[in-house]
Amino acid sequence: MSVLSATPAAQRTRGEQAMVLFLRYLPLVLLAIAWELVALLHLVSSDALPPLSSVIASWFGLLTDGTLLDNGGASLYRAAAGLGLAIVFGGVLGIVMAWWKPVNVLLAPIVEIFYPLPKSALIPVTVIWLGFGDGSKILLIFLGCMLPVTIGAYNGARGSEQALIWSARSTGAGRLRVLWDVVVPSAMPELLNGVRTALALSFILLVSAELIVAHKGFGYLIGVTGANGNYDAMYAVVLTVAFLGFAADRVYLVITKRALAWRE
Amino acid sequence: MAGIDQAAIDNGGREPAALRIARSIGWGFARIFSVLALAIAWEVLARSGTFTPFQLPALSAVIEHIWSDGVSGDLWINTTLTLYRALTAFAICAVLGVAIGMAMSRNMLANWFFDPIVSVGFPMPKIAFLPVVILWLGVYDISKITMACVDAIFPVIAATVIAIDGVEKELIWSARNMGAGKRELLTQIVLPAALPQIMTGLQVALPLSLIVVVVAEMLMGGYGLGGAMMVASRFANSTGVFAGIVEIAVVGYALVKAMSLIRRRLLIWHPEAHDPSTV
Repeated sequence: MSVLSATPAAQRTRGEQAMVLFLRYLPLVLLAIAWELVALLHLVSSDALPPLSSVIASWFGLLTDGTLLDNGGASLYRAAAGLGLAIVFGGVLGIVMAWWKPVNVLLAPIVEIFYPLPKSALIPVTVIWLGFGDGSKILLIFLGCMLPVTIGAYNGARGSEQALIWSARSTGAGRLRVLWDVVVPSAMPELLNGVRTALALSFILLVSAELIVAHKGFGYLIGVTGANGNYDAMYAVVLTVAFLGFAADRVYLVITKRALAWRE
Repeated sequence: MAGIDQAAIDNGGREPAALRIARSIGWGFARIFSVLALAIAWEVLARSGTFTPFQLPALSAVIEHIWSDGVSGDLWINTTLTLYRALTAFAICAVLGVAIGMAMSRNMLANWFFDPIVSVGFPMPKIAFLPVVILWLGVYDISKITMACVDAIFPVIAATVIAIDGVEKELIWSARNMGAGKRELLTQIVLPAALPQIMTGLQVALPLSLIVVVVAEMLMGGYGLGGAMMVASRFANSTGVFAGIVEIAVVGYALVKAMSLIRRRLLIWHPEAHDPSTV
Protein backbone atom coordinates (compact mmCIF):
# COMPACT_ATOMS: atom_id res chain seq x y z
CA MET A 1 0.00 0.00 0.00
CA SER A 2 3.01 2.22 -0.30
CA VAL A 3 2.19 4.68 -2.99
CA LEU A 4 4.69 7.30 -1.99
CA SER A 5 7.48 5.36 -0.36
CA ALA A 6 9.11 2.32 -1.83
CA THR A 7 10.12 0.73 1.44
CA PRO A 8 11.33 -2.81 0.91
CA ALA A 9 9.82 -5.23 3.41
CA ALA A 10 12.27 -5.75 6.25
CA GLN A 11 13.87 -9.02 7.29
CA ARG A 12 13.60 -11.16 4.22
CA THR A 13 16.25 -13.14 2.44
CA ARG A 14 17.65 -11.64 -0.70
CA GLY A 15 15.87 -14.15 -2.95
CA GLU A 16 12.52 -13.43 -1.38
CA GLN A 17 13.16 -9.73 -1.63
CA ALA A 18 13.87 -10.01 -5.35
CA MET A 19 10.70 -12.04 -5.77
CA VAL A 20 8.62 -9.46 -3.92
CA LEU A 21 10.15 -6.68 -5.97
CA PHE A 22 9.46 -8.58 -9.18
CA LEU A 23 5.85 -9.23 -8.22
CA ARG A 24 5.44 -5.59 -7.24
CA TYR A 25 6.66 -4.28 -10.56
CA LEU A 26 5.18 -7.11 -12.64
CA PRO A 27 2.35 -4.89 -13.97
CA LEU A 28 4.94 -2.61 -15.55
CA VAL A 29 6.63 -5.58 -17.19
CA LEU A 30 3.26 -6.76 -18.46
CA LEU A 31 2.58 -3.30 -19.91
CA ALA A 32 5.95 -3.37 -21.67
CA ILE A 33 5.22 -6.80 -23.13
CA ALA A 34 1.77 -5.64 -24.23
CA TRP A 35 3.39 -2.64 -25.93
CA GLU A 36 5.84 -4.87 -27.82
CA LEU A 37 3.08 -7.28 -28.87
CA VAL A 38 0.70 -4.55 -30.02
CA ALA A 39 3.44 -3.01 -32.13
CA LEU A 40 4.73 -6.31 -33.52
CA LEU A 41 1.27 -7.49 -34.52
CA HIS A 42 0.64 -4.12 -36.23
CA LEU A 43 -2.51 -3.50 -34.24
CA VAL A 44 -1.61 0.19 -34.40
CA SER A 45 0.56 1.95 -36.95
CA SER A 46 4.24 1.61 -36.09
CA ASP A 47 4.53 5.39 -36.50
CA ALA A 48 2.16 5.95 -33.60
CA LEU A 49 3.72 3.22 -31.49
CA PRO A 50 7.07 1.81 -32.60
CA PRO A 51 7.96 -1.53 -30.99
CA LEU A 52 9.71 -1.25 -27.64
CA SER A 53 12.68 -3.19 -29.00
CA SER A 54 13.39 -0.66 -31.74
CA VAL A 55 12.96 2.18 -29.24
CA ILE A 56 15.62 0.56 -27.06
CA ALA A 57 17.85 0.07 -30.09
CA SER A 58 17.60 3.72 -31.05
CA TRP A 59 18.25 4.69 -27.42
CA PHE A 60 21.61 2.92 -27.64
CA GLY A 61 22.18 4.65 -30.95
CA LEU A 62 21.57 8.07 -29.39
CA LEU A 63 23.79 7.16 -26.45
CA THR A 64 26.76 6.02 -28.53
CA ASP A 65 26.74 8.97 -30.94
CA GLY A 66 26.74 11.36 -27.99
CA THR A 67 23.48 13.17 -28.80
CA LEU A 68 21.81 12.00 -25.64
CA LEU A 69 24.67 12.94 -23.34
CA ASP A 70 25.17 16.29 -25.03
CA ASN A 71 21.54 17.36 -24.78
CA GLY A 72 21.00 15.65 -21.44
CA GLY A 73 23.97 17.43 -19.94
CA ALA A 74 22.58 20.79 -21.03
CA SER A 75 19.16 19.96 -19.55
CA LEU A 76 20.47 18.68 -16.25
CA TYR A 77 22.74 21.69 -15.86
CA ARG A 78 19.76 24.03 -16.30
CA ALA A 79 17.57 22.06 -13.91
CA ALA A 80 20.29 21.84 -11.26
CA ALA A 81 21.18 25.53 -11.47
CA GLY A 82 17.57 26.73 -11.34
CA LEU A 83 16.61 24.34 -8.57
CA GLY A 84 19.71 25.15 -6.52
CA LEU A 85 18.98 28.88 -6.66
CA ALA A 86 15.32 28.23 -5.85
CA ILE A 87 16.17 26.14 -2.79
CA VAL A 88 18.60 28.71 -1.39
CA PHE A 89 16.46 31.79 -1.99
CA GLY A 90 13.12 30.09 -1.34
CA GLY A 91 14.26 28.47 1.88
CA VAL A 92 15.76 31.67 3.27
CA LEU A 93 12.71 33.68 2.23
CA GLY A 94 10.27 31.25 3.86
CA ILE A 95 12.14 31.14 7.16
CA VAL A 96 12.58 34.91 7.23
CA MET A 97 8.86 35.35 6.54
CA ALA A 98 8.01 33.10 9.45
CA TRP A 99 10.51 34.78 11.77
CA TRP A 100 10.00 38.50 11.12
CA LYS A 101 6.41 39.57 10.96
CA PRO A 102 6.88 42.80 8.95
CA VAL A 103 8.53 40.82 6.16
CA ASN A 104 5.61 38.44 6.25
CA VAL A 105 3.02 41.21 6.08
CA LEU A 106 4.75 42.77 3.09
CA LEU A 107 5.55 39.63 1.15
CA ALA A 108 2.65 37.29 1.95
CA PRO A 109 0.18 38.97 -0.45
CA ILE A 110 2.74 38.85 -3.24
CA VAL A 111 3.45 35.18 -2.59
CA GLU A 112 -0.28 34.56 -2.44
CA ILE A 113 -0.77 36.12 -5.88
CA PHE A 114 2.17 34.47 -7.58
CA TYR A 115 1.77 31.02 -6.07
CA PRO A 116 -1.24 29.97 -8.19
CA LEU A 117 0.22 31.55 -11.35
CA PRO A 118 0.90 28.70 -13.78
CA LYS A 119 4.64 29.20 -14.11
CA SER A 120 4.61 27.88 -17.65
CA ALA A 121 3.05 31.23 -18.59
CA LEU A 122 6.44 32.79 -17.88
CA ILE A 123 8.19 30.87 -20.66
CA PRO A 124 7.80 33.61 -23.32
CA VAL A 125 8.82 36.33 -20.87
CA THR A 126 12.00 34.59 -19.77
CA VAL A 127 12.84 34.26 -23.45
CA ILE A 128 12.21 37.99 -23.98
CA TRP A 129 14.52 38.78 -21.07
CA LEU A 130 17.32 36.29 -21.46
CA GLY A 131 17.09 34.84 -24.95
CA PHE A 132 17.00 31.26 -26.15
CA GLY A 133 19.92 29.86 -24.19
CA ASP A 134 20.53 28.52 -20.71
CA GLY A 135 19.70 31.74 -18.91
CA SER A 136 16.01 31.78 -19.73
CA LYS A 137 15.51 28.17 -18.63
CA ILE A 138 17.42 28.66 -15.40
CA LEU A 139 15.39 31.78 -14.61
CA LEU A 140 12.13 29.97 -15.37
CA ILE A 141 13.00 27.00 -13.17
CA PHE A 142 14.19 29.33 -10.42
CA LEU A 143 10.95 31.34 -10.49
CA GLY A 144 8.76 28.26 -10.72
CA CYS A 145 10.46 26.26 -8.00
CA MET A 146 11.04 29.01 -5.49
CA LEU A 147 7.52 29.37 -4.10
CA PRO A 148 6.90 25.72 -3.18
CA VAL A 149 10.17 25.80 -1.22
CA THR A 150 9.22 29.13 0.37
CA ILE A 151 5.85 27.84 1.47
CA GLY A 152 7.34 24.61 2.82
CA ALA A 153 9.95 26.54 4.78
CA TYR A 154 7.37 29.03 6.01
CA ASN A 155 4.93 26.40 7.24
CA GLY A 156 7.73 24.39 8.79
CA ALA A 157 9.27 27.34 10.57
CA ARG A 158 5.91 28.54 11.85
CA GLY A 159 5.15 25.08 13.14
CA SER A 160 8.25 24.96 15.32
CA GLU A 161 7.17 24.37 18.88
CA GLN A 162 6.98 27.46 21.02
CA ALA A 163 8.17 25.44 24.03
CA LEU A 164 11.41 24.59 22.24
CA ILE A 165 11.99 28.23 21.37
CA TRP A 166 11.27 29.34 24.93
CA SER A 167 13.56 26.76 26.46
CA ALA A 168 16.31 27.70 24.04
CA ARG A 169 15.83 31.37 24.93
CA SER A 170 15.83 30.60 28.64
CA THR A 171 19.15 28.79 28.36
CA GLY A 172 20.52 32.05 27.04
CA ALA A 173 20.49 31.54 23.29
CA GLY A 174 20.33 34.74 21.26
CA ARG A 175 17.69 35.32 18.61
CA LEU A 176 19.91 34.29 15.72
CA ARG A 177 21.12 31.25 17.66
CA VAL A 178 17.48 30.18 18.20
CA LEU A 179 16.77 30.75 14.54
CA TRP A 180 19.66 28.59 13.47
CA ASP A 181 19.47 25.85 16.12
CA VAL A 182 15.72 25.51 16.69
CA VAL A 183 13.65 27.08 13.93
CA VAL A 184 15.67 25.93 10.93
CA PRO A 185 15.91 22.26 11.99
CA SER A 186 12.22 22.12 12.85
CA ALA A 187 11.39 23.69 9.49
CA MET A 188 13.49 21.03 7.76
CA PRO A 189 10.88 18.28 7.19
CA GLU A 190 8.36 20.59 5.55
CA LEU A 191 11.07 22.48 3.71
CA LEU A 192 12.40 19.22 2.29
CA ASN A 193 8.86 18.30 1.28
CA GLY A 194 8.59 21.60 -0.57
CA VAL A 195 11.88 20.84 -2.29
CA ARG A 196 10.43 17.54 -3.45
CA THR A 197 7.54 19.36 -5.09
CA ALA A 198 10.04 21.78 -6.60
CA LEU A 199 12.13 18.91 -7.94
CA ALA A 200 9.15 17.48 -9.82
CA LEU A 201 8.24 20.98 -11.04
CA SER A 202 11.75 21.64 -12.29
CA PHE A 203 11.54 18.70 -14.68
CA ILE A 204 8.10 19.79 -15.91
CA LEU A 205 9.23 23.37 -16.52
CA LEU A 206 12.51 22.28 -18.08
CA VAL A 207 10.88 19.99 -20.60
CA SER A 208 8.07 22.37 -21.49
CA ALA A 209 10.44 25.31 -21.93
CA GLU A 210 12.76 23.24 -24.09
CA LEU A 211 9.91 21.89 -26.16
CA ILE A 212 8.75 25.40 -26.94
CA VAL A 213 12.04 27.26 -27.48
CA ALA A 214 15.54 25.82 -27.29
CA HIS A 215 18.59 24.88 -29.31
CA LYS A 216 19.62 22.07 -27.05
CA GLY A 217 18.33 19.82 -24.32
CA PHE A 218 15.95 16.92 -23.85
CA GLY A 219 12.85 18.85 -24.83
CA TYR A 220 14.55 20.15 -27.96
CA LEU A 221 15.64 16.63 -28.88
CA ILE A 222 12.10 15.31 -28.42
CA GLY A 223 10.74 18.10 -30.63
CA VAL A 224 13.33 17.61 -33.39
CA THR A 225 13.10 13.82 -33.55
CA GLY A 226 9.30 14.04 -33.53
CA ALA A 227 9.26 16.67 -36.28
CA ASN A 228 11.57 14.53 -38.42
CA GLY A 229 9.29 11.54 -38.04
CA ASN A 230 12.01 9.65 -36.19
CA TYR A 231 9.53 8.28 -33.67
CA ASP A 232 11.79 5.52 -32.30
CA ALA A 233 14.23 8.17 -31.15
CA MET A 234 11.44 10.42 -29.87
CA TYR A 235 10.06 7.65 -27.68
CA ALA A 236 13.56 6.84 -26.49
CA VAL A 237 14.15 10.42 -25.33
CA VAL A 238 10.68 10.73 -23.78
CA LEU A 239 11.22 7.57 -21.77
CA THR A 240 14.68 8.75 -20.72
CA VAL A 241 13.30 12.02 -19.37
CA ALA A 242 10.47 10.22 -17.61
CA PHE A 243 12.89 7.77 -16.06
CA LEU A 244 15.26 10.54 -14.95
CA GLY A 245 12.42 12.40 -13.25
CA PHE A 246 11.38 9.24 -11.46
CA ALA A 247 14.95 8.36 -10.47
CA ALA A 248 15.63 11.88 -9.19
CA ASP A 249 12.58 11.65 -6.95
CA ARG A 250 13.62 8.27 -5.56
CA VAL A 251 17.20 9.37 -4.90
CA TYR A 252 15.87 12.48 -3.21
CA LEU A 253 13.61 10.38 -0.97
CA VAL A 254 16.54 8.23 0.13
CA ILE A 255 18.64 11.30 0.88
CA THR A 256 15.93 13.05 2.88
CA LYS A 257 15.29 9.89 4.87
CA ARG A 258 18.96 9.90 5.85
CA ALA A 259 18.92 13.61 6.57
CA LEU A 260 15.86 13.37 8.79
CA ALA A 261 17.02 10.26 10.63
CA TRP A 262 17.48 12.35 13.79
CA ARG A 263 13.72 12.78 14.07
CA GLU A 264 12.96 9.10 14.63
CA MET B 1 -1.33 30.98 1.79
CA ALA B 2 -4.45 32.02 3.64
CA GLY B 3 -2.66 30.98 6.80
CA ILE B 4 -0.31 33.91 6.74
CA ASP B 5 -2.72 36.80 6.83
CA GLN B 6 -5.24 34.93 8.93
CA ALA B 7 -2.71 34.33 11.67
CA ALA B 8 -1.81 38.00 11.61
CA ILE B 9 -5.44 38.98 12.10
CA ASP B 10 -6.17 36.34 14.70
CA ASN B 11 -3.67 37.85 17.07
CA GLY B 12 -6.15 40.32 18.48
CA GLY B 13 -8.33 37.79 20.25
CA ARG B 14 -8.86 39.61 23.54
CA GLU B 15 -8.88 43.25 22.50
CA PRO B 16 -11.83 45.63 22.50
CA ALA B 17 -13.91 45.49 19.34
CA ALA B 18 -12.99 48.93 18.03
CA LEU B 19 -9.30 48.30 18.38
CA ARG B 20 -9.69 44.95 16.71
CA ILE B 21 -11.49 46.44 13.73
CA ALA B 22 -8.89 49.18 13.40
CA ARG B 23 -6.19 46.58 13.57
CA SER B 24 -7.73 44.37 10.90
CA ILE B 25 -8.20 47.38 8.63
CA GLY B 26 -4.54 48.15 9.21
CA TRP B 27 -3.45 44.65 8.25
CA GLY B 28 -5.78 44.70 5.28
CA PHE B 29 -4.20 47.93 4.14
CA ALA B 30 -0.75 46.45 4.60
CA ARG B 31 -1.74 43.57 2.34
CA ILE B 32 -3.06 45.77 -0.42
CA PHE B 33 -0.11 48.09 0.08
CA SER B 34 2.54 45.61 -1.03
CA VAL B 35 0.58 44.59 -4.11
CA LEU B 36 0.03 48.25 -5.00
CA ALA B 37 3.70 48.98 -4.37
CA LEU B 38 4.63 46.20 -6.75
CA ALA B 39 2.29 47.55 -9.43
CA ILE B 40 3.62 51.10 -9.03
CA ALA B 41 7.21 49.87 -9.08
CA TRP B 42 6.48 48.06 -12.35
CA GLU B 43 4.96 51.17 -13.92
CA VAL B 44 7.77 53.48 -12.74
CA LEU B 45 10.50 51.05 -13.77
CA ALA B 46 8.97 50.62 -17.21
CA ARG B 47 8.61 54.37 -17.76
CA SER B 48 12.01 55.30 -16.37
CA GLY B 49 13.69 53.90 -19.47
CA THR B 50 15.86 51.41 -17.58
CA PHE B 51 14.34 48.72 -19.75
CA THR B 52 13.13 48.96 -23.30
CA PRO B 53 9.36 48.66 -23.74
CA PHE B 54 10.10 45.30 -25.37
CA GLN B 55 11.72 43.98 -22.23
CA LEU B 56 9.18 45.44 -19.83
CA PRO B 57 6.08 47.14 -21.19
CA ALA B 58 4.36 49.54 -18.80
CA LEU B 59 1.59 48.11 -16.65
CA SER B 60 -0.82 50.70 -18.07
CA ALA B 61 -0.06 49.51 -21.62
CA VAL B 62 -0.64 45.91 -20.55
CA ILE B 63 -3.96 46.79 -18.95
CA GLU B 64 -4.94 48.71 -22.07
CA HIS B 65 -4.08 45.64 -24.15
CA ILE B 66 -6.23 43.42 -21.93
CA TRP B 67 -9.06 45.94 -22.16
CA SER B 68 -8.98 46.03 -25.96
CA ASP B 69 -8.85 42.22 -26.04
CA GLY B 70 -11.87 42.23 -23.78
CA VAL B 71 -13.76 44.67 -26.00
CA SER B 72 -13.00 42.73 -29.17
CA GLY B 73 -14.18 39.51 -27.53
CA ASP B 74 -10.89 37.61 -27.92
CA LEU B 75 -10.31 37.62 -24.19
CA TRP B 76 -13.65 35.95 -23.57
CA ILE B 77 -13.09 33.23 -26.21
CA ASN B 78 -9.57 32.45 -25.04
CA THR B 79 -10.41 32.43 -21.36
CA THR B 80 -13.47 30.25 -21.69
CA LEU B 81 -11.62 27.78 -23.94
CA THR B 82 -8.71 27.46 -21.53
CA LEU B 83 -11.08 27.17 -18.58
CA TYR B 84 -13.20 24.61 -20.41
CA ARG B 85 -10.18 22.44 -21.13
CA ALA B 86 -8.71 22.73 -17.64
CA LEU B 87 -12.02 22.12 -15.87
CA THR B 88 -12.98 19.18 -18.09
CA ALA B 89 -9.63 17.59 -17.43
CA PHE B 90 -10.01 18.31 -13.74
CA ALA B 91 -13.50 16.77 -13.61
CA ILE B 92 -12.32 13.61 -15.36
CA CYS B 93 -9.35 13.38 -13.01
CA ALA B 94 -11.50 13.91 -9.95
CA VAL B 95 -13.95 11.14 -10.85
CA LEU B 96 -11.44 8.66 -12.27
CA GLY B 97 -8.78 9.40 -9.68
CA VAL B 98 -11.07 8.92 -6.71
CA ALA B 99 -12.53 5.78 -8.31
CA ILE B 100 -9.11 4.26 -8.95
CA GLY B 101 -7.93 5.25 -5.49
CA MET B 102 -10.97 3.62 -3.90
CA ALA B 103 -10.53 0.50 -5.99
CA MET B 104 -6.89 0.33 -4.95
CA SER B 105 -7.66 0.50 -1.28
CA ARG B 106 -10.50 -2.03 -1.43
CA ASN B 107 -9.33 -4.54 -4.00
CA MET B 108 -6.04 -6.46 -3.85
CA LEU B 109 -5.90 -7.01 -7.60
CA ALA B 110 -6.48 -3.34 -8.43
CA ASN B 111 -3.85 -2.42 -5.90
CA TRP B 112 -1.36 -4.89 -7.36
CA PHE B 113 -1.90 -3.49 -10.84
CA PHE B 114 -2.04 0.24 -10.14
CA ASP B 115 0.43 0.61 -7.26
CA PRO B 116 3.61 0.33 -9.36
CA ILE B 117 2.08 2.45 -12.11
CA VAL B 118 1.23 5.20 -9.65
CA SER B 119 4.50 5.04 -7.76
CA VAL B 120 6.50 5.19 -10.99
CA GLY B 121 4.17 7.55 -12.82
CA PHE B 122 3.65 10.12 -10.07
CA PRO B 123 7.16 11.55 -9.96
CA MET B 124 7.64 11.36 -13.74
CA PRO B 125 7.61 14.56 -15.79
CA LYS B 126 4.56 13.50 -17.79
CA ILE B 127 4.72 16.63 -19.89
CA ALA B 128 7.50 14.92 -21.87
CA PHE B 129 4.78 12.72 -23.34
CA LEU B 130 3.13 15.73 -24.94
CA PRO B 131 4.55 15.03 -28.44
CA VAL B 132 3.39 11.42 -28.13
CA VAL B 133 -0.10 12.57 -27.21
CA ILE B 134 -0.08 14.96 -30.19
CA LEU B 135 1.01 12.09 -32.41
CA TRP B 136 -1.90 9.99 -31.22
CA LEU B 137 -4.72 12.46 -30.75
CA GLY B 138 -3.89 15.46 -32.89
CA VAL B 139 -3.69 19.07 -31.76
CA TYR B 140 -7.26 19.74 -30.74
CA ASP B 141 -9.14 19.74 -27.45
CA ILE B 142 -8.92 16.00 -26.90
CA SER B 143 -5.15 15.89 -26.80
CA LYS B 144 -4.91 18.94 -24.54
CA ILE B 145 -7.46 17.53 -22.12
CA THR B 146 -5.84 14.09 -22.20
CA MET B 147 -2.43 15.54 -21.42
CA ALA B 148 -3.83 17.51 -18.50
CA CYS B 149 -5.59 14.38 -17.20
CA VAL B 150 -2.46 12.29 -17.38
CA ASP B 151 -0.67 14.87 -15.26
CA ALA B 152 -3.37 15.74 -12.78
CA ILE B 153 -4.75 12.31 -11.97
CA PHE B 154 -1.78 11.07 -9.95
CA PRO B 155 -2.13 13.45 -7.00
CA VAL B 156 -5.83 12.55 -6.80
CA ILE B 157 -5.17 8.80 -6.76
CA ALA B 158 -2.37 9.09 -4.23
CA ALA B 159 -4.39 11.35 -1.95
CA THR B 160 -7.43 9.06 -2.12
CA VAL B 161 -5.44 5.94 -1.27
CA ILE B 162 -3.68 7.62 1.64
CA ALA B 163 -6.95 9.17 2.85
CA ILE B 164 -8.91 5.93 2.84
CA ASP B 165 -6.07 4.04 4.50
CA GLY B 166 -5.97 6.72 7.17
CA VAL B 167 -9.66 6.47 8.13
CA GLU B 168 -9.84 5.52 11.79
CA LYS B 169 -10.64 1.87 12.23
CA GLU B 170 -12.77 2.64 15.30
CA LEU B 171 -15.18 4.61 13.11
CA ILE B 172 -15.59 1.72 10.71
CA TRP B 173 -15.94 -0.84 13.48
CA SER B 174 -18.57 1.09 15.34
CA ALA B 175 -20.55 1.75 12.16
CA ARG B 176 -20.43 -1.94 11.34
CA ASN B 177 -21.39 -2.74 14.87
CA MET B 178 -24.49 -0.61 14.45
CA GLY B 179 -25.42 -2.57 11.34
CA ALA B 180 -24.17 -0.40 8.50
CA GLY B 181 -24.06 -2.21 5.16
CA LYS B 182 -21.18 -2.00 2.72
CA ARG B 183 -22.70 0.86 0.77
CA GLU B 184 -23.67 2.83 3.85
CA LEU B 185 -20.21 2.30 5.28
CA LEU B 186 -18.70 3.77 2.13
CA THR B 187 -20.96 6.77 1.70
CA GLN B 188 -21.58 7.60 5.38
CA ILE B 189 -18.24 6.81 6.98
CA VAL B 190 -15.30 6.21 4.67
CA LEU B 191 -15.81 8.94 2.10
CA PRO B 192 -16.63 11.76 4.54
CA ALA B 193 -13.76 10.79 6.81
CA ALA B 194 -11.41 10.66 3.82
CA LEU B 195 -12.72 13.88 2.28
CA PRO B 196 -10.18 16.34 3.75
CA GLN B 197 -7.22 14.54 2.23
CA ILE B 198 -9.02 13.84 -1.02
CA MET B 199 -9.74 17.57 -1.22
CA THR B 200 -6.06 18.26 -0.72
CA GLY B 201 -5.31 16.02 -3.69
CA LEU B 202 -7.92 17.84 -5.76
CA GLN B 203 -6.45 21.18 -4.72
CA VAL B 204 -3.14 20.05 -6.17
CA ALA B 205 -4.78 18.65 -9.31
CA LEU B 206 -6.68 21.79 -10.33
CA PRO B 207 -3.74 24.20 -10.74
CA LEU B 208 -1.76 21.36 -12.28
CA SER B 209 -4.34 20.81 -14.97
CA LEU B 210 -4.35 24.55 -15.70
CA ILE B 211 -0.54 24.55 -16.00
CA VAL B 212 -0.56 21.62 -18.39
CA VAL B 213 -3.38 23.05 -20.49
CA VAL B 214 -1.46 26.32 -20.86
CA VAL B 215 1.72 24.51 -21.90
CA ALA B 216 -0.21 22.34 -24.34
CA GLU B 217 -1.87 25.42 -25.83
CA MET B 218 1.51 27.12 -26.17
CA LEU B 219 2.92 24.16 -28.03
CA MET B 220 -0.07 23.36 -30.22
CA GLY B 221 -1.25 26.90 -30.91
CA GLY B 222 -4.84 27.79 -31.69
CA TYR B 223 -7.22 29.62 -29.38
CA GLY B 224 -6.79 29.69 -25.63
CA LEU B 225 -4.75 31.87 -23.28
CA GLY B 226 -1.55 29.91 -23.88
CA GLY B 227 -2.00 29.97 -27.64
CA ALA B 228 -2.66 33.70 -27.66
CA MET B 229 0.50 34.30 -25.66
CA MET B 230 2.55 32.25 -28.08
CA VAL B 231 1.15 34.19 -31.03
CA ALA B 232 2.03 37.47 -29.30
CA SER B 233 5.50 36.16 -28.58
CA ARG B 234 6.08 35.19 -32.23
CA PHE B 235 5.17 38.69 -33.36
CA ALA B 236 7.51 40.14 -30.73
CA ASN B 237 4.47 41.74 -29.13
CA SER B 238 5.73 41.77 -25.57
CA THR B 239 2.72 43.76 -24.31
CA GLY B 240 0.61 40.83 -25.47
CA VAL B 241 2.87 38.38 -23.68
CA PHE B 242 2.63 40.28 -20.41
CA ALA B 243 -1.12 40.64 -20.86
CA GLY B 244 -1.26 36.86 -21.22
CA ILE B 245 0.64 36.39 -17.97
CA VAL B 246 -1.71 38.73 -16.12
CA GLU B 247 -4.76 36.96 -17.57
CA ILE B 248 -3.44 33.50 -16.71
CA ALA B 249 -2.47 34.70 -13.24
CA VAL B 250 -6.00 35.99 -12.64
CA VAL B 251 -7.55 32.73 -13.84
CA GLY B 252 -5.16 30.67 -11.71
CA TYR B 253 -5.82 32.81 -8.66
CA ALA B 254 -9.57 32.58 -9.12
CA LEU B 255 -9.46 28.79 -9.49
CA VAL B 256 -7.31 28.30 -6.39
CA LYS B 257 -9.51 30.63 -4.34
CA ALA B 258 -12.69 28.93 -5.56
CA MET B 259 -11.24 25.57 -4.64
CA SER B 260 -10.40 26.64 -1.09
CA LEU B 261 -13.88 28.15 -0.73
CA ILE B 262 -15.42 24.85 -1.82
CA ARG B 263 -13.18 23.06 0.62
CA ARG B 264 -14.30 25.28 3.48
CA ARG B 265 -17.94 24.77 2.48
CA LEU B 266 -17.71 20.98 2.13
CA LEU B 267 -15.70 20.52 5.30
CA ILE B 268 -17.65 22.92 7.46
CA TRP B 269 -18.31 20.09 9.92
CA HIS B 270 -14.63 19.23 10.17
CA PRO B 271 -12.41 20.67 12.93
CA GLU B 272 -10.02 22.00 10.29
CA ALA B 273 -12.68 24.48 9.10
CA HIS B 274 -11.90 26.52 12.21
CA ASP B 275 -8.20 26.48 11.50
CA PRO B 276 -7.05 28.40 8.47
CA SER B 277 -5.64 25.90 5.99
CA THR B 278 -2.63 26.62 3.85
CA VAL B 279 -3.11 27.50 0.20
